[in-house]
Amino acid sequence: MLLFLLRRLAQSVLVLGVLSLLVFIGVYAIGNPLDLLIDPQASATDIAHTAALLGLDQPWWVQYQRFVLATLHGDLGTSFQHGEPALQLILQRFPATFELALVAMLLAVTLGIPLGLLAGLYADRWLGKSIMTGSILGFSLPTFWVGLLLILGFSIELGWLPASGRGETRQWLGIDWSILTLDGWAHLLLPACNLALFKISLLIRLTSAGTRDTLQQDHVRFARAKGLSEWRVIQRHVLKNILIPIVTVLGMEFASLLAYAVVTESIFAWPGMGKLLLDAIVSLNRPVVVAYLLLVALLYVVINLLVDLCYLVLDPRVRISGVSR
Amino acid sequence: MKRFTLPPRAAGTLSPEVTIPTTRRRGIPQGSGGTLVLALILLIAVLAPWLAPQDPYDLLSLDILDARLPPGSVSSSGAFHYWLGSDAQGRDILSAICYGLRISLVVGFSATLLALALGLLVGLSAGYYGGRTDALLMRLVDLQLAFPSILVAMILLALLGQGADKIILALVASQWAYYARTARSCALVERDKEYVQAAIVLGIPGWRLVLRHLLPNCLPPLLVVAALQVAAAIALEATLSFLGIGLPATEPSLGLLIANGFAYLYSGKYWISLFPGIALLITLVAINLLADGLREQQNPNRSRL
Repeated sequence: MLLFLLRRLAQSVLVLGVLSLLVFIGVYAIGNPLDLLIDPQASATDIAHTAALLGLDQPWWVQYQRFVLATLHGDLGTSFQHGEPALQLILQRFPATFELALVAMLLAVTLGIPLGLLAGLYADRWLGKSIMTGSILGFSLPTFWVGLLLILGFSIELGWLPASGRGETRQWLGIDWSILTLDGWAHLLLPACNLALFKISLLIRLTSAGTRDTLQQDHVRFARAKGLSEWRVIQRHVLKNILIPIVTVLGMEFASLLAYAVVTESIFAWPGMGKLLLDAIVSLNRPVVVAYLLLVALLYVVINLLVDLCYLVLDPRVRISGVSR
Repeated sequence: MKRFTLPPRAAGTLSPEVTIPTTRRRGIPQGSGGTLVLALILLIAVLAPWLAPQDPYDLLSLDILDARLPPGSVSSSGAFHYWLGSDAQGRDILSAICYGLRISLVVGFSATLLALALGLLVGLSAGYYGGRTDALLMRLVDLQLAFPSILVAMILLALLGQGADKIILALVASQWAYYARTARSCALVERDKEYVQAAIVLGIPGWRLVLRHLLPNCLPPLLVVAALQVAAAIALEATLSFLGIGLPATEPSLGLLIANGFAYLYSGKYWISLFPGIALLITLVAINLLADGLREQQNPNRSRL
């Protein structure tokens, strides 16, 4: 088990290394790095000074080494507009995105898995069919369009929920959270629904397909032949087996929620890091883009690692093969 | 509690009524509704200059006095009706949708075709040659697929700048890996079949074998993926344009039209955003239905995912 962990940790570090190289190539090698890293309004002497400071006269591997060292020290450049370190700027915005993604994920799990189970169990009835058709619609609707409809319906026409901002926040562990106040929840609900819709459809499809496959397997037939109650068969023999692919997807999808939050945050004016990235792209604020990219890459690797750890708990087969290897 | 009936498994246990071939529906093939609607949309896009009451790109034909008119208003010149209203520049929404469809479809289809070509090349070579080539290419695919396509596209646009060619490039970069993975798995299966073995024995060069033997046999499953990806590409382009980092504002696609109306949503002028959005939605659902039908046709027994 320890070996399995060490192996996965080594792989994660390797992936991060490759990604840092790709980011380095993307920013430093394609196009003129001076254009990317220096404010275009800087004077000629400033540019020359910065070029020497960044060591752009050095060969590329020396430059890459510097880049990695600076990154490891947490120095990801300084934002052009805010004059603050890019990393700090993003980390300030992270909690807002995190709580949005978390609530969206909870919504997706509590709605998607039961609906998918129903669709799988009643696959040939109108209930299963209508759930599946609904999920096609959920796939086809682009996130930004759903967000627009939500605002139009619930904020403008009905006036039930606010359409922008985080609302009232409360401090916990030195960070502002919207989920700790009622007003915050009111502001959170629409964006979270918006972000969750695609994931709900995905989970419905995944759970339903898994359920349909599992129902036909021998162990389920045997459990039924033994006379177990239907609920127990579903709970112990169906749900447990389909949980493994779902956990994998959940892990990956949580990471992608953080990325897709860009769209939702920009529609609902949610001050998260996705909104920050979008503003940075529009205003050519490259250090923030680079810092965001590296941070998201790190997040992905960490989440993948967590997913693998979940396997260890959920599936004894992985535990055994991990030990024997 | 209700018992769930099990579908029969082995062929010997099947009753005559439920043999697998007869479970396929006869008559209208699956997805034909989607095909019909899509054909209509394509027709509208191609014939836009003749169908649209106004040329939305010709600034001279726009009348600023007609700005933000509700649906059904008569234009100030009295020449035609704004059936779906007009936007902030006095542009007829219906005409803008017809022209916007063209751009959305051209970008979506060309990006899909390019990504399909690139993915096929990578996937088939990886599957056919195997070994180190395979390992290297597939790690690249894994890395690409680990990140959501919208993030890849946004980062590329951040580095490259705006423009139709750049957005196509960004879409290709964010989608080729799906084709590569499908093509590879198919090539792996086909490689061990007798006709490929026979071709290898005959001494046919590798590139010819890939193009003449593997490609035609691997194309059908890839076309299903491609059909789904066209919808994904159009949605992604609309999203990027909506966010303001996609296509330039001079020739608006559907996403940009929706973005233009977003600011007026709060003042109750819903039509500027709503109708282009409905057009986008119909297009996407039609393509998805078509893709679903294609998949059922090829593989009627597989559960839908």
